[in-house]
Amino acid sequence: MNALIISAIMGVVMMFSGVLLRQRSAVLAVALSGLFVSIVLNIMEMYGFHLFKVNLNGMMHFDRFSLFFNTVAMGCTFIFLLLSAKEMEKVGLNYADYFALIFFILSGIILSSSFSSLLILFLGIEIISIPLYILTGSDKKNLKSNEASLKYFLLGAFSTGLMLMGITLIYGHSGSFAIDLVTTPETKPGILLIAGLLLLMFSMAFKVSAAPFHFWTPDVYDGAPTVFTSFMATIVKAAVFIAFIRLFYHAFGDIHETWKYLVAVITALTLFIGNITAVFQQSVKRMLAYSSIAQAGFMLMAILALNSVASEGILLYTTAYCLSTIGLFAILVKMKDYTFEGFNGFAKHQPLLAATAVIFLLSLAGIPLTAGFLAKFYMINAVITRGGFLWLVIFAVLMAAVSVYYYFRVIQAMYFKDGDAQLIEVSPAFKWAISLVAALVILLGVYPQLLFSWYYF
Amino acid sequence: MPINYYIYLSVALFCIGIVGVLTRRNAIIIFMCIELMLNAVNILLVAFSKMHHFKNAAVNASAGTDGQLFVFFIMVVAAAEVSVGLAIIVMMYRNIHSVDINFLNRLKH
Repeated sequence: MNALIISAIMGVVMMFSGVLLRQRSAVLAVALSGLFVSIVLNIMEMYGFHLFKVNLNGMMHFDRFSLFFNTVAMGCTFIFLLLSAKEMEKVGLNYADYFALIFFILSGIILSSSFSSLLILFLGIEIISIPLYILTGSDKKNLKSNEASLKYFLLGAFSTGLMLMGITLIYGHSGSFAIDLVTTPETKPGILLIAGLLLLMFSMAFKVSAAPFHFWTPDVYDGAPTVFTSFMATIVKAAVFIAFIRLFYHAFGDIHETWKYLVAVITALTLFIGNITAVFQQSVKRMLAYSSIAQAGFMLMAILALNSVASEGILLYTTAYCLSTIGLFAILVKMKDYTFEGFNGFAKHQPLLAATAVIFLLSLAGIPLTAGFLAKFYMINAVITRGGFLWLVIFAVLMAAVSVYYYFRVIQAMYFKDGDAQLIEVSPAFKWAISLVAALVILLGVYPQLLFSWYYF
Repeated sequence: MPINYYIYLSVALFCIGIVGVLTRRNAIIIFMCIELMLNAVNILLVAFSKMHHFKNAAVNASAGTDGQLFVFFIMVVAAAEVSVGLAIIVMMYRNIHSVDINFLNRLKH
C-alpha cells in the first residue's frame, strides 16, 4: 500500500515538476528520489510498517508474493531510469510527463500484482495500458510511432472489452467479484463460468502476447521509441504475468483440470512461433520483440504448473528477464544502426559494453552461470512437479536450443566480424551502471538463494 | 423477465461489436464498436446485479450492488480511454490525413 500511495502522488508531482523545474537533470533527480523512497517504503512494508491504515474491504491483499514482486518491478524501473533517462530526452519535449506516465504505470503494476477483486484487476490492467498507449505514440512526428500507438490502442481496447465480458460472466456465475469465491473444489463448471474463463484467458494472453494473440507485439515494439519498448517489454510484461498467475491461482486453481490442456497448447504455440520467427529477423530490435514472445512462452509454463515451485520460478524469471533485457536495450538504444550488421566489430570499439552484452544474451539464451539458466530450470521443474506434460518440457528445451541461434548471431557480429559499429558516445557512469547490472545477472545465476532467502525471510 | 433475455441481448450487442472491430476499416467506427462492446457488458452487469439481489435480498440487503458499482468504473475508464484514443487518432490524421487502418501495414517489415 505504501508504494501505491507514493507512486500515485509522484505521478502528480512529476507533472508539476515539468512546469516548475527548468533543468532536466533536476526532473530526473526528483523522479529517482521519489522512486527510491517508494522502494524503501515497500521493503519496510514487508517488515510490517504501514504509512496509513487503509481499510481495503478485501479488494486488495498485499501478501509476500506481491510485495516482493513490487520491489523487483520498482528496482528494475530504477535501473531502467539510471540507464536510459538520457535517451528519453531525445524522444520529445515533454520530458517530465514521461516520468509521470511511468509512475502511473507503476501504480497500475502495484494494483495488478496485489488485487483480490476482479474490479481491481480491471483497473490495474487499464492503468497500465492507457499510459502505455501514450508512451508508444510519444514520438509524434514519426509515422511508425503513430501507427504503433494506434494499433496498440485499438487492439488493447478490444482485449479490454473481452476481459470485461469475462469478468461479467464470472460475476453472473458466482455473484461476487472476489477472486477467492469464484470456484471451490466442488464447483461444477457451468457455461457462464467456462465462457468467462475463456474470455479472461484470451484477454490476458493478449496482454502478455501469447501465441494466437501475439500479432500486435512485433509491430508495436518495433514502432515505439526504443526506450519505451525497453520498459514495456520487460517490467510491464512481467507485471501482467504476475496478474495472470494470481488470477488463475486464486480464481481458477480449483478447476485446473478443465483448462490445463488449453494453456499447454498456448504455451507450445507461443514457444514455437516466438523462437522460429525470431530466427528470420534482420533488425536486433525486432528480434528482441520476438524473443520477448518466446520468453513469454516460458513464463506461461508457470501458469500451467500453478505450484510453489512455479511462484518462486516466476519471480526469478521476471527478475532475470527484466535485468537482461533492460541491459540489452540500454546498449541497443545507443547504437546508430539497429540491424545485425550494425553490431559488426562492436567488441573492438567498446570491449566493456560488448562483454556486458554477451552476459545479457547468454542469460536470455539460458546458458548456465547466468540468472536466465536457473529461471528456465525452475519453470521446467515446476511443470515436471505438476506432472503429465513431459512432451511440453521436451519441446521447451528444444525451443531454448533454437533461441541460442539468434542470440549468438549478435555475439558473432560483435566479436568475429569486421566493421565499425557506430555508437552514440557513452558516459563512464553508464558503463559503471551497466557493469553493475551484468554483475547482478551473474550473481543471481550463481546464488539464486539470495533472492529466495529474502522471499522467505 | 427471465435473465436469459438480458443475456441474449447483451451477447448479441457484444457480437455486433466484435464483428464491427474485425471487419470495419475506419478507425473511428472500430472505436465505436469497442464502445458498443463495453455497453453490452454494462447491460449484462446491471441485469446480473438485479438477479443476485432478488436471489439474496433476504440474507443480505445490499447483495448485488457491487455489480452496479462496477458499471460506473467501466464508464470512467471508458471515458479515459476515449480521450487518449481520440488524441491518437487526431495525431494520426494530422500526419497522413486519413483514419483508414489499411494504412497500418507499414510496420510489417
